[in-house]
Amino acid sequence: MNLTLHIWRQKNTRSPGRFVRYEATSVEREMSFLEMLDQLNEKLLIQREEPIAFDSDCREGICGTCGMMINGVAHGPRRGATVCQLHMRYFRDGDVLRLEPWRDKAFPVIRDLVVDRRSLDDIIQAGGFISARTGSAPEANSIPVPKSSADLAMDAAACIGCGACVAACPNGSAALFTGAKISHLALMPPGQPERARRVIHMVTAMDQAGFGNCTMHRECEAVCPKEISVSFIAQMNREYLRANFKEREVVAPTAG
Amino acid sequence: MKEAVADRESPVAATAANTRSRHWLVVFFGSTVGKKVVMALTGAVGVGFILLHVSLNLLVYAGPATINGADKFLKSTGGWLWLARAILLGAVVLHIVTAYQLSRMSLGSRPVKYQQWEPVGSTFASRTMRWSGVLLALFIPLHVLHLATGALHPHFVPENVYRNVVSGFRVWYISVLYIFAMCLLALHLYHGAWSMFQSLGFNHPRYAGWIRPVATTFTIVVVLGFISIPVAVLLGAIS
Ligand code: HEM
Ligand code: SF4
Ligand code: FES
Repeated sequence: MNLTLHIWRQKNTRSPGRFVRYEATSVEREMSFLEMLDQLNEKLLIQREEPIAFDSDCREGICGTCGMMINGVAHGPRRGATVCQLHMRYFRDGDVLRLEPWRDKAFPVIRDLVVDRRSLDDIIQAGGFISARTGSAPEANSIPVPKSSADLAMDAAACIGCGACVAACPNGSAALFTGAKISHLALMPPGQPERARRVIHMVTAMDQAGFGNCTMHRECEAVCPKEISVSFIAQMNREYLRANFKEREVVAPTAG
Repeated sequence: MKEAVADRESPVAATAANTRSRHWLVVFFGSTVGKKVVMALTGAVGVGFILLHVSLNLLVYAGPATINGADKFLKSTGGWLWLARAILLGAVVLHIVTAYQLSRMSLGSRPVKYQQWEPVGSTFASRTMRWSGVLLALFIPLHVLHLATGALHPHFVPENVYRNVVSGFRVWYISVLYIFAMCLLALHLYHGAWSMFQSLGFNHPRYAGWIRPVATTFTIVVVLGFISIPVAVLLGAIS
């Protein structure tokens, strides 16, 4: 099949960008979206043009490196999948596609479709350490965990940090990512000692990075490749209230 | 890659300093999560008020004696009525101020807009919260001056709620304005009455599935209750 692509080209963070039109020819249905772009880049290289920069690593939907807006939807039309797991059979011959990078104040464009998502790492880092026993591994069943908590924590831990939630959100909010990260530790025994401090620091870091605030549009949930539920945003809010009004750990004087 | 990396102060140290150097209440109410709690609590005051308001309004169908009697009872509570009014006014002001602060943050978070953005999860109501909110804020003083103080009502009779409602809504464009405002309220409540539970962190699996249907039912019942009155007056069902 043949496709027309309007791709955002931007040399670096400071320079202005613009859309450039490309024709992708002889695209196979079995290709992934990124393989289609690889093929286009090879053609550009032969023509001595600058290839299109986009991020990817694992190409099997588990690392969270890839991601772009395809026709106004983060990670494109396939639900519950990253763009590396989006195959060309989801498109038809003659389709016109617009490829844009994630856009958020906290995600400056580095080049073309590549953005700097370090603000998400900052949120994780602000969460700080967990108190864990070092040395030999403890006996596997020495810390009992309710099945329901383990399941929920697993759902939250599925977040791969791709940033699609931020990109899709009309408010540019990172609440789904932060909610997932806060919840997955709050639900498990090793997360308990620093539970209150962690949520306060992570919410502060989230606000500091310049993200917007959640008004529960649920766009994030709809585009999340790991289908993380907005109930983890409610959990973040609950954890934050708990840390401030219920938890007795002295929160204030500790650095994260 | 390099230029984006350069000159970054340690965000972790900055976060720690940020939470340490300020009073915990300042941190709490300064955060987006704390501000959403304010939105939800002040919104909940509004929801409670709306429920009471529509219940009392529906007494109009029981005739002049009943609704005028209810009005007289409320006014006889004196200080309590003023306390309730003060709480309501405080809640509305806080709700609007916080909505303004939060909206500023969100609108500033995407300096370069998307050329194309398609909704896949949001609702019309959620995307119009700021519009419905601002228009409601304009409607509220008009409504108070019309049916509460009578300043905007050409045939206002003090202490006769029933008459004022009937003569007020006989003017067709006044009725249309009220019905339009109640449609805005429907939009605002459809999203808000669900969202406030998320903001407060209520989502236990035991009842989480009930929040959406309860909020929807509440919105429909309340708004149809309000709208029925101008419609009944225009149709001559109450006079
Ligand atoms: C008639 C009185 C009002 C009621 C009962 C009401 C109710 C609510 C409720 C329950 C929420 C949800 C809170 C949350 O998400 O945590 C909300 C949100 C909001 N309200 Fe109101 N509100 C009223 C008037 C207004 C007014 C006058 C404005 C004017 C600016 C406004 C603007 C907003 C905004 C911007 C939000 C946040 C949007 C969101 O959460 O999606 N509201 N309101
Ligand atoms: S919550 Fe989903 S969309 Fe957001 S960063 Fe994690 S995996 Fe990506
Ligand atoms: S490249 Fe790893 S998730 Fe797409």
